[in-house]
Amino acid sequence: MKLKEIKHWLGRVNAYATEVYNAPYRSAIARAKRDQDDLFMLLVFSELMGVPNPAAFYTLELQPLMLEQFHQWHQRMGMEHSPLDHFRCC
Amino acid sequence: MNAIAMMLLGLGAMLLGYLFYSKFIAEKIYRLDPNFKTPAHEFEDGVDFVPTNKYVLWGHHFTSVAGAAPIIGPAIAVIWGWVPAFLWVVFGTIFFAGVHDAGAIWASNRNKAKSIGALTGDVVGKRARNLFMIVIFLVLLMVNAVFATAISGLLIKFPSSVVPVWGAIFVALIIGQVIFRKWMSLGMVSILGVIALYALIVAGPSMPLSLPEMTLGISDNAGWILILFGYAAIASMLPVWMLLQPRDYINGLQLFIGLILLYLAVLIAAPDISAPAINHNTPEGTPSMLPLLFVTIACGAISGFHGLVASGTTSKQLDKETDARFVGYFGAIGEGSLSLATIIAATAGFATLADWESVYTSFGQGGVAAFVTGGANILHDGVGLGEEISQTLLTVMAVLFAGTTMDTGLRLQRYIFQEWGSIYNIKWMQKGVAATLLAVASCLILAFGAGGADGSGGLLIWPLFGTTNQLLAGLTLMVITVMLVRLGRPMYFTLLPLIFLLIMTVIALLIQLKGFYLKADWFLFTLDLIVLIAAVWIALEATASLSKLRKAKQQPTD
Repeated sequence: MKLKEIKHWLGRVNAYATEVYNAPYRSAIARAKRDQDDLFMLLVFSELMGVPNPAAFYTLELQPLMLEQFHQWHQRMGMEHSPLDHFRCC
Repeated sequence: MNAIAMMLLGLGAMLLGYLFYSKFIAEKIYRLDPNFKTPAHEFEDGVDFVPTNKYVLWGHHFTSVAGAAPIIGPAIAVIWGWVPAFLWVVFGTIFFAGVHDAGAIWASNRNKAKSIGALTGDVVGKRARNLFMIVIFLVLLMVNAVFATAISGLLIKFPSSVVPVWGAIFVALIIGQVIFRKWMSLGMVSILGVIALYALIVAGPSMPLSLPEMTLGISDNAGWILILFGYAAIASMLPVWMLLQPRDYINGLQLFIGLILLYLAVLIAAPDISAPAINHNTPEGTPSMLPLLFVTIACGAISGFHGLVASGTTSKQLDKETDARFVGYFGAIGEGSLSLATIIAATAGFATLADWESVYTSFGQGGVAAFVTGGANILHDGVGLGEEISQTLLTVMAVLFAGTTMDTGLRLQRYIFQEWGSIYNIKWMQKGVAATLLAVASCLILAFGAGGADGSGGLLIWPLFGTTNQLLAGLTLMVITVMLVRLGRPMYFTLLPLIFLLIMTVIALLIQLKGFYLKADWFLFTLDLIVLIAAVWIALEATASLSKLRKAKQQPTD
């Protein structure tokens, strides 16, 4: 019983510490991640924008997986609908 | 008088301020509403807007606003005796800083968590907004120059701290990797990190390091300043999780441990205050206490920098509006207690009055070094730490603080340069590296331009930094006051501090202006003049917007 209490208490301390560690930098890190994701998306959709991509055969497979993200991206960029003629997401 | 009495009086008064005055301000003036939907909930996105537990948010807010400034300011200001500094810190915290900080959170919270800069544009006008940008830039510029000078002075005076100070950065780098790669839980990492840091501090005195007095025609002081800016430039460009995040975290832990140790040592050692209550025997060249006291101690009594943090990040994470009281007002009290500890260290840490006077030989002397020496004496007597180890401990605390502020400051300055680059369409200025270099160059010009080639003059601009910081606080108070008037609520609780601050800063600026003119120091003269113009401008804007509101109220709308 006692051991359980200590474990529970330690778990709470850990959770607090994690929150304290992450809260101040949450936005900076999320922003950096978003920038990297955008670059990745550019690679995946590069052929559609007329940029030759030697790995197009493989990135083509990724396109359906990126659909959701692509939609968020063009909305974030201020375009209501998909800017690509061949790739309509909405 | 005994230091315990000062400690209990100060902490007691601040606590009463929190229990009663902040309750009054929160309920009657700001009328914080537990049912108000805060921006953190309204725009929750997991990035900027995240409802956060109020204790976590308080920790984040407090550690962001607490830097080296609440240590440097009071440590310089006790030259006028301990009573003036003590009173200004205690009453400033209760009636100025707490109201200002909580008010900034409230104002931002009621306006979609916009920053005070943007709010100034909305509430007061476009002109005031431009003014705001200029004042912010000046504050950042000065803070970097002053802190670099202060750190280099400490590193030279206490060579035992060099290894722990730079070692702490390696500890932080390792912690960053451990957390990022999820090798260990945070609780474990915190314990190991603190142990590593304190092991370095204990080891410091056995391996003192110092730069050669002259290398390639550069003095050791100037050398450290250059190294520090080199470090800050690199640190401000690294991904935040690598260095800034773990270092801030370990810094925060160290802040709490250091504060607790200091207060504990005061309680055990019960030192007598050796400094005079009011110093009638001030060294030659010390400026008059009235107005200068109120700009020498900025952080710790009231600081405009807090408004930036409060409205920039804190307001976006506020879970309930009523949390603003705890986070803002109690955050200010945290900072006030740090300043109080500094005053105790710098006045009760010396055995005799002669010892104290030999440290405070002229205005601007003493400073952080007095805090370190005095505080180390108290730690040595109270908790029995070796004197040199105590000195190293306090130096590391002060340096890490100043260092954190420096690279955050450089980062923010870089953003301002990049923004100017995109406003005026200058391509190269929009690049991160170029903007950082510009920021570093502007700080170096100030650090060396103010006091000759050895860079020792950086601290000359300390009162000027305080003034600019107070102006920033004045701008925030102006925004809050205008908002209160519009809501038809009493405005005197924010207007009176605003008027007091403006009068004190303008007089202080005029006195300093005369001093720089007599010394024919045209560099600082110009800087002072710019700040003075900004101060008068703020006063005019405030009067204009308040009288406009008044007229609008008197004319019945039909």
